[in-house]
Amino acid sequence: MDGIHDLGGKQGFGAVLREADEPVFHARWESRVFGLNLVGAGGAARNRDHFRHAIERIDPVAYLTHGYYGRWLGGVETMIVEAGILDTAAITGRALELGASPDDRIASQPSSKPDHVDYEPLEPGNRRLVTAPARFRTGDRVRTCDRGTRGHTRLPGYARGRRGIVVAMHDGWVYPDTNAHGRGENPQHLYTVAFDGVELWGPEAESRVVVHLDLFEPYLERSDG
Amino acid sequence: MAEASNPAAIRAEAIESLLIEKGLITAAEVDEVVERYNERIGPLNGARVVARAWRDAAFKQALLQDATAAVAPFEFEGGQTEKLVVVENTATVHNVVVCTLCSCYPWAMLGLPPRWYKDPAYRSRIVREPRRVLAEFGVQLEPDVEVRVWDSSAEVRYLVLPQAPVNAAQLADDELVARVTRDAMIGVERFV
Repeated sequence: MDGIHDLGGKQGFGAVLREADEPVFHARWESRVFGLNLVGAGGAARNRDHFRHAIERIDPVAYLTHGYYGRWLGGVETMIVEAGILDTAAITGRALELGASPDDRIASQPSSKPDHVDYEPLEPGNRRLVTAPARFRTGDRVRTCDRGTRGHTRLPGYARGRRGIVVAMHDGWVYPDTNAHGRGENPQHLYTVAFDGVELWGPEAESRVVVHLDLFEPYLERSDG
Repeated sequence: MAEASNPAAIRAEAIESLLIEKGLITAAEVDEVVERYNERIGPLNGARVVARAWRDAAFKQALLQDATAAVAPFEFEGGQTEKLVVVENTATVHNVVVCTLCSCYPWAMLGLPPRWYKDPAYRSRIVREPRRVLAEFGVQLEPDVEVRVWDSSAEVRYLVLPQAPVNAAQLADDELVARVTRDAMIGVERFV
């Protein structure tokens, strides 16, 4: 989806702010949100792609202002509500009891008609056997597809409709575009594709820059030039 | 207390307490995960791998060829490295890693990422103006150095193998490990 999460190449964010001697977590709540998700969010977390898509769908203002674990909180709450485990009103009610303000911005934006992932991962991890032969080989010239989607995808907007060269093959992997929506693991061949900076950013590109992306076979077609 | 007045902290507590009351999670299992990442998983893992590659040419070769297999004997815990690729800096190549779509990062090698790695400024800019961003980090690249940016858009995780210190042969193993920084393994610091 063309969400706020798709940040590559966006302009105006200013300097990268670093912090000396940064702790793993900056506050206890960050560690609780992290742990809550890693233990499966009470059964709501189905797979990585599902979680990433839940984060992509949070309130875009919250995405930019609540920080990384604020985004995780929005994603975790989205999954929990969409799974029917808790409802938003119950969470807000408890938060008000604990001292929240009714004016607080809530990151989670659960869908009223959510997708359900009604299967467990077929194997641990995300690598899978793909029996169909790989369509591309290292050295092939490829072009990425040029269409957006309302759903989850791992083709960033900045690399849509761009020409590159396959520089590595990674065999088969679970396909995020279907797995995030409960439409199957649908494994696909994965390739590392190298894009010249000028192809991505035009004449203003910095010199001698190559950007690499790991792209699933359905994102790619053969390119003549 | 800042924690109590933070809306995210309150909402997180609301969700955790409701899930505990429903018997779906326990505070202890959340504690266990937090403790594991706070105490046992961090950039030291990656530093040990890099130092070994600096010391041992055969290991370095194996690492660049198939990093997943080369690091398997270390038995690092922490996930997010089902497939690891190590990319080598040279006199004419500089590598830098990002995840523009979320914040993918080789947890088992480097621990959890620093805040700047996850912030919009780094994620948006490093693919478009890497030389400028690297200069802000103190890495001044000559024009003949190629910049290779690795945007972690699937489950492959990337680790940069920095250039070895010139006096590597004179350093003890633990001194060599101490030379390796997290930032160098992300690619926002460059030795030599």
